Amino acid sequence: MNKVVYGLILGGVLGIFDGLTSWFTPEVRPQLLMIVVGSTIKGILAGVLIGFFARKVHSLALGILFGLGVGLLLAFFVAHMQGKYYREIMLPGGLVGLIVGYATQKHQQFSTPARS
Amino acid sequence: MNWLSDEVISRLQAASALPDLSGTRYRLVKRAGSGGMGVVYLAEDTILGRHVALKVLDLPDTSGELAVRLLREASILATLEHPGIVPVHDAGTLADGRAFYAMKFVEGTRLDHLDAQKETLFDRLRIFMRICETVSFAHARGVLHRDLTPGNIMIGSFGEVLVMDWGVAKILRSPSKRAVDSLPNQTTTAGNDALPAAVSQTAYGTVLGTVGYMSPEQARGEIDSLDLRSDIFSLGAILQFLFTQLSSETQSPPLSAIAKKAMSPDRAHRYESCSALGQDIGQYLDGLPVSAYPETIFTKLSRWGSKYRVAIVLVLTYLLVRTLLLLGYRH
Repeated sequence: MNKVVYGLILGGVLGIFDGLTSWFTPEVRPQLLMIVVGSTIKGILAGVLIGFFARKVHSLALGILFGLGVGLLLAFFVAHMQGKYYREIMLPGGLVGLIVGYATQKHQQFSTPARS
Repeated sequence: MNWLSDEVISRLQAASALPDLSGTRYRLVKRAGSGGMGVVYLAEDTILGRHVALKVLDLPDTSGELAVRLLREASILATLEHPGIVPVHDAGTLADGRAFYAMKFVEGTRLDHLDAQKETLFDRLRIFMRICETVSFAHARGVLHRDLTPGNIMIGSFGEVLVMDWGVAKILRSPSKRAVDSLPNQTTTAGNDALPAAVSQTAYGTVLGTVGYMSPEQARGEIDSLDLRSDIFSLGAILQFLFTQLSSETQSPPLSAIAKKAMSPDRAHRYESCSALGQDIGQYLDGLPVSAYPETIFTKLSRWGSKYRVAIVLVLTYLLVRTLLLLGYRH
């Protein structure tokens, strides 16, 4: 599995969980489905961007920083559209980016079998 | 009345058994071992100044059939140019009338003498894959080994894996004319064209091979119907030997299943090629499913979990942190 696909899947999965946690906030519970779809798309987008970055730049520190940055930025756009819940949206968004950044840098991508 | 003591007689017998290398480029160094038909000596090639192994016929051979068989072995080896097969340098007949051939002298350890403490299962399986590659190459050239045992596999000092002793090999297809033509002048009568039928094609009912490693059809002497699956049976037995030597903790159901499939009494159920067998071992080494071992859903989940361990840990970490954040917001 290449880094971009890996980032996409991991970002998507974390995005789903991210959206589902809004269930614990009663006032947004009616919009749960829309939030889950939106945060999944956000996670996928972040995962793809971070995956591409990991393919070009082989540095754990830069990968984590880039992931954090992308996660925070995308979450900021979402929070800005709401006009509120900045902390509740940006903190998990940044965390998703950070985790995907770490994971894509650590992920081994083999184009040929490992044995020789 | 004894004119000579037993000791003198045995020394004379030993001396007379030594090959007469006069008129050749070789100088005898020492006896290195013995094979099915002949004795292997370490000799020095006086022209090139290197050590070689000389395999010399040492059995009574009034009909000359064994000499033809030995030289046939040399010609088969000469057609099989592969890193896993010892190269033959020369072949012919010595001044004492005995057939011989010279090959690269390999220093190393026989597979059955490998130290179980030093070699891990991983190392052993890598060696096994190399054996499969070599035998697969021979099969592609139309040659069956027919006597694959751990004793016929040599691990060189630099890790090279060599399949030895092709004395009872069977040619499924005729080797190229180039290979026969390339034999030295002394051996022109030993080319396959000149082989007596009884030698070039082993008689039906003859049992060749090693007990415990030969296939059931080989043990029944069904010489005519042997095919590459007989060698696959032997490879399965070698695989079993390799992992049963280690502690029971290293034995796994997939490996046992691979060996069992290779050693199936019905050859239709064995692997169809050495490559397929080697590929299954490769899959096992890479932590992937093997064709011989159908997995349960739990095994598949466990494999998946093991493969994506890092991602799973990260997702769980995320969930933990997210929970802590939620709890923090509430307070």
